[in-house]
Amino acid sequence: MKASKTTGINASEITPRELFYARRRFMQMTAGASLAALLPRQLWAGDKLAGVQKSAYTVPEELTPYDDVTQYNNFYEFGTGKEDPARNAGSLKTRPWTVTVEGEVSNPKVFDIDELLKLAPLEERVYRLRCVEAWSMVIPWIGFSLSELIKRVEPTSKAKFVEFISLNDPEQMPGQKSSVLEWPYREGLRMDEAMHPLTLLTFGLYGELLPNQNGAPLRIVVPWKYGFKSAKSIVRIRFVEQQPISSWTQSAPSEYGFYSNVNPDVDHPRWSQAKERRLGEFLKRKTLPFNGYGEQVAQLYAGMDLSKDF
Amino acid sequence: MALKNPDNKTIAWIKAGVFLLALVPLVKLGVRGYFDLLGANPIEKITRTTGYWTLVMLMITLAATPLRRILGWAWLIRLRRMLGLFAFFYGTLHFLTYVVLDQFFDWPSIVKDIVKRPYITVGFPSFLLMIPLALTSTDRITRWLGGKRWRMLHRLVYLIAVGGVVHFWWLVKKDITELATFAAVLAILLGVRLFYRLRRFIQEKLMARAALL
Repeated sequence: MKASKTTGINASEITPRELFYARRRFMQMTAGASLAALLPRQLWAGDKLAGVQKSAYTVPEELTPYDDVTQYNNFYEFGTGKEDPARNAGSLKTRPWTVTVEGEVSNPKVFDIDELLKLAPLEERVYRLRCVEAWSMVIPWIGFSLSELIKRVEPTSKAKFVEFISLNDPEQMPGQKSSVLEWPYREGLRMDEAMHPLTLLTFGLYGELLPNQNGAPLRIVVPWKYGFKSAKSIVRIRFVEQQPISSWTQSAPSEYGFYSNVNPDVDHPRWSQAKERRLGEFLKRKTLPFNGYGEQVAQLYAGMDLSKDF
Repeated sequence: MALKNPDNKTIAWIKAGVFLLALVPLVKLGVRGYFDLLGANPIEKITRTTGYWTLVMLMITLAATPLRRILGWAWLIRLRRMLGLFAFFYGTLHFLTYVVLDQFFDWPSIVKDIVKRPYITVGFPSFLLMIPLALTSTDRITRWLGGKRWRMLHRLVYLIAVGGVVHFWWLVKKDITELATFAAVLAILLGVRLFYRLRRFIQEKLMARAALL
């Protein structure tokens, strides 16, 4: 077919190119702006968190650098290597995100993550983190006491334990394609441990929202226990009567107990827990009972044999 | 075939190439260390890397004999000593990393580890056993020992390799992919030897019977 050479439109009728694009740009801008104004502000990983108060729960120790905190992680949902989570966690979608709080509570509720963020004033707390593998960090977390959430859902008298269940989605968490642990990752605390003010419902670190590899969009941090007790990317919080079985306990009951309090006197069956390497330091330092939080938490375990209830 | 019977000059080149290749992991470690690219826990990284290459070198050393047999490349045996010495070299680096960087000469703690931590209880003697093998690797000492005694002594390498894999096994927290690979490779390398030995045994029996008839 032969194309016609003339279009039948006068040159004067044609909108000049610059004007056409300027107009288009203007439309796009206003559309974008009005859309942005209509939607509630969404927060993304790496965004700065505003209105964060400093907390008295701050250890006067040198912070582990941001790069180490965010590039040396145990988060088997993204692979078992320390560098795997930083490399693979990009596939995790943290918005929209809901957290189902259920079980032995008077007010079970499904919380939207952005609603949870506003539940109580955010605090920055500098905690020690001691991994069961005998290394440690010092991290400025952002969040509020888990007790703030617990109070609002009103646990019944049957609620003796709290179980935390992490996301189970091999598409977003490629490490779950391997059955190295039983998914979803499950952890638990006794009710008094969960209510302890030190137990932090955590949304951020270093002034910003949690990077995915650190357990975005929300995790707990229990600073007197080994790191694996602090469940990440939580989607469900369940109040139960029976002591829950955590993923690690299930995989090796003789190595990872329910309590898993940091304890230099109770060794892991295969390695010593007496000392730890603080990342960035050359010489190992002595591990402190309850990771140095004994004054605040030791009374929770009065009368218990911690070598049996490890 | 050229690969079957290379001349001495070619073998010298192959040896030099293997030597340089075997140094690559160390050079990589050094470069990454220099540019601060060993991650948040450099001592752990150095320990893991040197341990890993000790096992790899042990496996490659153990592969020389069966490969020679299967491929008919007699000259492979001339690489075996160098490969074994590289296993010892990385094993020594691994051991020194533990003593100097990890423990910083904390002898009571080291002794406690050797006694109490099964993976070190088996890893430490496995390393120690490599020392006599390295010391008896020169031509002169080999001649002095005599072939038979030398071979007896160097059978310790089987114990060392098994010890090395068990050492790794008892240390792995959960992910056994790498460990299973080493275990499988070692099983094959030892299995091939067992196969040849059994075959020879049966053949000798048959020959003996034939001679009787």
